[in-house]
Amino acid sequence: MTLLETLTPVPATGLFEYAWLMIAIPLAVAGLLLLAGKVTDAWGHFVATVAPIASFVIALVLFLDLLARDPGQRAVSSQLYDWVTAGSWTFRIGLLVDPLSIVFALLITGVGSLIHVYSIGYMAHDPGRRRFFAYLNLFIAAMLTLVLADNYLVLFVGWEGVGLASYLLISFWQHKPTAATAGKKAFVVNRVGDLGMVLAIFTMLAMFGSSSFVDVNAGAPGLSSFWATAIGVLLLVGACGKSAQVPLQSWLLDAMEGPTPVSALIHAATMVTAGVYLVVRSHAIYAQSTTAMTAVAIVGTVTLLFGAWIGCAKDDIKKVLAGSTMSQIGYMMLAAGIGPEGYAFAIFHLLTHGFFKANMFLGAGSVMHGMHDDVDMRHYGALRKYLPWTFVTFAMGYLAIIGFPMFAGFYSKDHIIEAAWEHSTVLGLCALIGAGVTAFYMTRLMLMTFFGQKRWQEGVHPHESPAVMIAPLVLLAIPSVVAGVAMNAWIAGWLAPAVGGEDPGLHWYPHLTPVGIATMAVVAVGIGVSWWLFGRGPIPAAVPYTSNPFIIAGRHDLYGDAFNETVLMRPGQALTSAVTTIDEKVVDGAVRGSAEVALGFGSGLRRLQNGYVRSYGLTMVLGLLVIGLFLVIGRLV
Amino acid sequence: MSADAYVILAAILFSIGVLGFLVRRNALVLFMSVELMLNSCNLLFVTFARQWGNLDGQVASFFVMVVAAAEVVVGLSIIVAIFRTRRSASVDNANLLKY
Repeated sequence: MTLLETLTPVPATGLFEYAWLMIAIPLAVAGLLLLAGKVTDAWGHFVATVAPIASFVIALVLFLDLLARDPGQRAVSSQLYDWVTAGSWTFRIGLLVDPLSIVFALLITGVGSLIHVYSIGYMAHDPGRRRFFAYLNLFIAAMLTLVLADNYLVLFVGWEGVGLASYLLISFWQHKPTAATAGKKAFVVNRVGDLGMVLAIFTMLAMFGSSSFVDVNAGAPGLSSFWATAIGVLLLVGACGKSAQVPLQSWLLDAMEGPTPVSALIHAATMVTAGVYLVVRSHAIYAQSTTAMTAVAIVGTVTLLFGAWIGCAKDDIKKVLAGSTMSQIGYMMLAAGIGPEGYAFAIFHLLTHGFFKANMFLGAGSVMHGMHDDVDMRHYGALRKYLPWTFVTFAMGYLAIIGFPMFAGFYSKDHIIEAAWEHSTVLGLCALIGAGVTAFYMTRLMLMTFFGQKRWQEGVHPHESPAVMIAPLVLLAIPSVVAGVAMNAWIAGWLAPAVGGEDPGLHWYPHLTPVGIATMAVVAVGIGVSWWLFGRGPIPAAVPYTSNPFIIAGRHDLYGDAFNETVLMRPGQALTSAVTTIDEKVVDGAVRGSAEVALGFGSGLRRLQNGYVRSYGLTMVLGLLVIGLFLVIGRLV
Repeated sequence: MSADAYVILAAILFSIGVLGFLVRRNALVLFMSVELMLNSCNLLFVTFARQWGNLDGQVASFFVMVVAAAEVVVGLSIIVAIFRTRRSASVDNANLLKY
């Protein structure tokens, strides 16, 4: 493989000097809604919806500008101001608009805008609507900071910002203890990943004296293999936390406690893919370390199987989709771990996944809306007649994710499986199996939700959602269908200068290979098995008993929480209680003990002060006698 | 003339004062015992002033007298105050000021 030189950014001119407005507008609106209070209750959500649309327009204009440029001029750096100057260090806040960051900006603001529109309907009767929209805007601003930053420190600010927004939105319904706990869990698990991220940045600062992408890219070839591996693995730890990759995956399933638009935007389409962005952005580091690359690929492969396994066993529609999200991000990580051949495909899958998964999450929200917020698929059934729009749009997302020919996921996932197959037979085989399992659990979801017999709870009357919620579904269903055809020939060549790959010269039509045909066959088998199990007979309304250890493990999230509790939480608690005991017994004991001794001595002496003046007199006389005795004895001797 | 007799007299007076202070309960008697001890000291001062032929001891004894007079003024008023509130001049009853 030959590595193309990545672009050297050119200074921002013209419109690019206003790139910061993309971040500033949603941030300002978030501040307005949070600070102005109840005054904005009536109209705040409309302002909040306009903000990401405005950012989208800016991103679109910049994108078109880049598109018209010569490929060598497509990275634009906009230096905003000096953030910190201390000694020989100078940290600047700057933005980098290049082919990679602009497609992210388009995805975030595009999908984000649609989800804002959807939320107008979804959150219409929620008392906390203004707060919800403020947090969503905060998230958009933070996520744009993350992808538009031109150095790792500013990236980290966005990284923490999206973590904060995620925490606030998962636990949005704080009155539910499960939601409050889930938010806290996501926050704590993300801290573990952030530790890796921070250490990676420290190492970069120590190695390169700077954390800007340009300096890191320039300095990376001079790294020793040890330090390259160290930075690569630390960045991977950060990516694992944010992208819910094994072993830091446990928070994502609980994160479904948040409102469904949040699950669609943050925990499916954008924030959880930040880890993939990080790995692809750090391609210069990974190019120096095969070990780190392999680690990324293995983490991705394990997660894609892990998530698919969980997705098969869940009855909660959102948790099936969450398992599926983990699994699809696993595919992206796998592609990113393959190297320059895979980077563009990782981003390609990230984009198509952003469309179809947001579409399906919003569809699930629409189903819940009609079913009194019930998430148990065992209480659904036969909904296709009652929610026709939701059904059709969801079906588009379904066909896209399983990789039905000509749909979006078909292109992006096939590329990854093929690249994995060429890279290593084991990874390729795992990716292939994952595709079959994906087809299995997604078909199960479709059959249980939209087909079969009614298993509704008493008093539930499903109804289609209002137009304000259907419109985003339709707008997301369209790219779920056409994004593959539209981007297949273009995306790899577009991203190549930014991620250091080569344009493989693809066309809009699929290039059929034996692996591609095998994938289709595996997908067909997955659908068939799913239909055999769930499509023919009635589905029990209660969770059926099973002795199958695979299903039991899947229902328990593969014991991820049990593992964390046994290996990390309990020893941690034992350690803290041991430290507390030592502090209380030994340290406090010594301090309190010496005080006790002094106190006891003092209270003994105090008894001499008995208040009888004659006994004082006797004491003085006795003292006098002792002194006199000494004098007399001294004279005699 | 030998100073011995004066020294012995002073020692006897001082011992009487000490014993009186230790064995009696009435505050006024205690007071008188203290005066006895002070005056035995005065006697010694004067004796030795005479013995050595200078005025240092006599000056010291004047100081003691002045201090004793001041002490009597303060002490008696305290005793009177205690007597008024407690209807007793016994020092063993006035033992509130303790640990």
